[in-house]
Amino acid sequence: MLSIRARDIWFNPRSRGLFFQLIVLLSIASFLAFITANTIANLQKAGLTAGFEFLTNQAFFDINQRLISFSSQSSFGRALVVGLLNTVLVSSLGIIAATIIGFLAGILRLSKNWLVSRVVTTYVEITRNVPLLLQIIFWWATFTSLPRVRDSIEIFEVFFLNNRGLRGPSPIFEQSFLWVLLTFLVGLVATFALALWSRRRQLETGQTFRVLPIGLLLIVGIPVLIFFGLNEPMVWEIPKRTRFNFTGGINITPELLALWVALATYTGAFISEIVRAGILSVSVGQTEAAQSLGLRNKQTMRLIILPQAFRVIIPPLTSQYLNLTKNSSLAIAIGYQDLVSIGGTILNQSGHALEIVAIWMAVYLSLSLATSAYMNWYNKRISLVER
Amino acid sequence: MSSVIKSMEKNNRTKPRPPPIGSTGAIGWLRQNLFSNIYNSLLTVICICGLILIIPAGIDWVFLSSQVAGDNRFACQNTGACWAWIDQRMGQFLFGFYPEQERWRPMVAFFLLLPALAPWLFERVPAQRYLRIFSIAYPFIATILLVGGFGLPSIASDKFGGFMLNLIVGLSGIVLSLPVGILLALGRRSKLPLIKWVCISFIEIVRGVPLITLLFVSNILLPIFLPPDATLDSVIRVIIMVTAFASAYMAEVIRGGLQAIPSGQYEAAKAMGLNYFQSMRLIILPQALRISIPGIVNTFIGLFKDTTLVIVIGLFDILGIANAMVANPDWLGLSTETYVFVALFFFIICFSMSRYSMWLERRLGTKGSNGWSS
Repeated sequence: MLSIRARDIWFNPRSRGLFFQLIVLLSIASFLAFITANTIANLQKAGLTAGFEFLTNQAFFDINQRLISFSSQSSFGRALVVGLLNTVLVSSLGIIAATIIGFLAGILRLSKNWLVSRVVTTYVEITRNVPLLLQIIFWWATFTSLPRVRDSIEIFEVFFLNNRGLRGPSPIFEQSFLWVLLTFLVGLVATFALALWSRRRQLETGQTFRVLPIGLLLIVGIPVLIFFGLNEPMVWEIPKRTRFNFTGGINITPELLALWVALATYTGAFISEIVRAGILSVSVGQTEAAQSLGLRNKQTMRLIILPQAFRVIIPPLTSQYLNLTKNSSLAIAIGYQDLVSIGGTILNQSGHALEIVAIWMAVYLSLSLATSAYMNWYNKRISLVER
Repeated sequence: MSSVIKSMEKNNRTKPRPPPIGSTGAIGWLRQNLFSNIYNSLLTVICICGLILIIPAGIDWVFLSSQVAGDNRFACQNTGACWAWIDQRMGQFLFGFYPEQERWRPMVAFFLLLPALAPWLFERVPAQRYLRIFSIAYPFIATILLVGGFGLPSIASDKFGGFMLNLIVGLSGIVLSLPVGILLALGRRSKLPLIKWVCISFIEIVRGVPLITLLFVSNILLPIFLPPDATLDSVIRVIIMVTAFASAYMAEVIRGGLQAIPSGQYEAAKAMGLNYFQSMRLIILPQALRISIPGIVNTFIGLFKDTTLVIVIGLFDILGIANAMVANPDWLGLSTETYVFVALFFFIICFSMSRYSMWLERRLGTKGSNGWSS
């Protein structure tokens, strides 16, 4: 009797599921307990206490590449912020460049021009099949073996390329430039509102309204007018040669330059594949249907092909952006001081390995969770509603 | 009526005129493919100019004015590449610091790899069944060959290096990450909430952070997590971390495949009286894996490229050896040559992997509904 009941429990999916989960729960709990006990013992042995108080301690190192002020008297915490900003800097530069390269390459690969599509395919295959770390180090070695400052390569007499990086003109703003910025923002908002209005009107009445020229006038025309009206409140400072170096202008270090070029070309190759697949995924029938409705070629592209292609392109594109951001951590190999690299330095100086790793994980995880949240929202918004 | 037919027949007898000159043959091809409109012609001209600038100079640099003999960089007085280091350093690039008189062992392991892989990659291989048995034994044979034992002198893993290390880490990762990834993907779709959440958090955490931080974890945190006197070999640590990393991506690829299987298949398997494991093994996974082949191979390629990251935790893979050589006073400044040489290794392997997956896709796509591997 009892054995039959035991069999019943064993073959009941519910109780069996509970049993398996109990086993998993127990093993995870004991694993965590094992690790925690070891960690406590090891930390005690090393005389370390866990906690984030050390972030206020003084960092005895310098950071060359920085967006906010930092000296060797600043704290570890500020050093990490500098690193985080550097990660953000190289990621955003890389994302912009990779998008441009990727879309260009993707479209050119679909070109009917035999030579162009072959050349672009060669670029894509080479960059995709060689490790990114190798490419980063290769570019870095190339940029650091450029001529010395004295023999800088001049580009249009405003950019100077040498073994200390790329020096170019820097903008200098006056107070009144704020007005230009303000009108630009107002123009942007107004154009957006105009576009919304015109779309609604078109849906209701079928009348079209050309937003583009008025939008251009609002966003570009008026700010430019004000810019010249205020007697050019922004000028470019062009770097000048001195005996040993340059003064003025902005210098992009070889590390940043190498990382930027490598990340942009590598991710650009992946993006080009995504773009190509996205455009190819829209069936020919859609083009034919659009034409039979009387849409022109441009309208077909803008209203029919692109929206459907973007449905396929956007999700993998966002994950490529995320990959680029994570890949920027390879900066450590060439000494670009990003979050991971500076974290590594702090880790070596202070010995707080647990905390530093926790900070790394928290930063990258929140980035990626935010991205995937956006992606889910987007997918839900654009997914086909089937009846 | 009949006269109309007759005249048609007569018309048919006259030969059609040839197409206009310039729409067929070489000129036609050029017109269609390179100069179809102004914009395309411009692109073509730009491309040709670029290629004329790059290709002859490249060939000249690599072959014509390069030098292949010499003891150090001062022997290379030519304008082209200096390949003189290859015959000195090839051993290191391939085997790292593996003792020279023992280097036949990784060589043998490498050549035994080919028969071990063949029965899984291709369908008609002679003695397939025996080769499969052999390939199951292969990991043990290779480990014994590389590490030592059974009469072979043992070699510490810190001597492992060069491309051998990339292959060891990459292949172990590939072999281990597929089953782990399948389990994680099944776990993520499980109806048991605890198992589901464990799998989801593992996958999302691992996919959310860069591999570098995981390698740092293996290097810095593992000694903290383990009992004070326990140690774990550094190569094994790297293999574990690379596998964990790749299997999280693999799980997502396979989950995509599982989601694409129509629910009728699940229901049919249930209706046949198959239990969960039977239906997965016999019905669902063969189909799901087949449609995820491109993604799986892409993950493998990514994993293999990621093996270069071991240099950040102080192992000397082929890139590490290259870095060391570029910094060597004898060969200072030969970075382009060295890195191009290293890139070639990865390009050959990764490119052939991607071509293989395309071939497999084509074959499976045309062949019908058999399993993904016979």
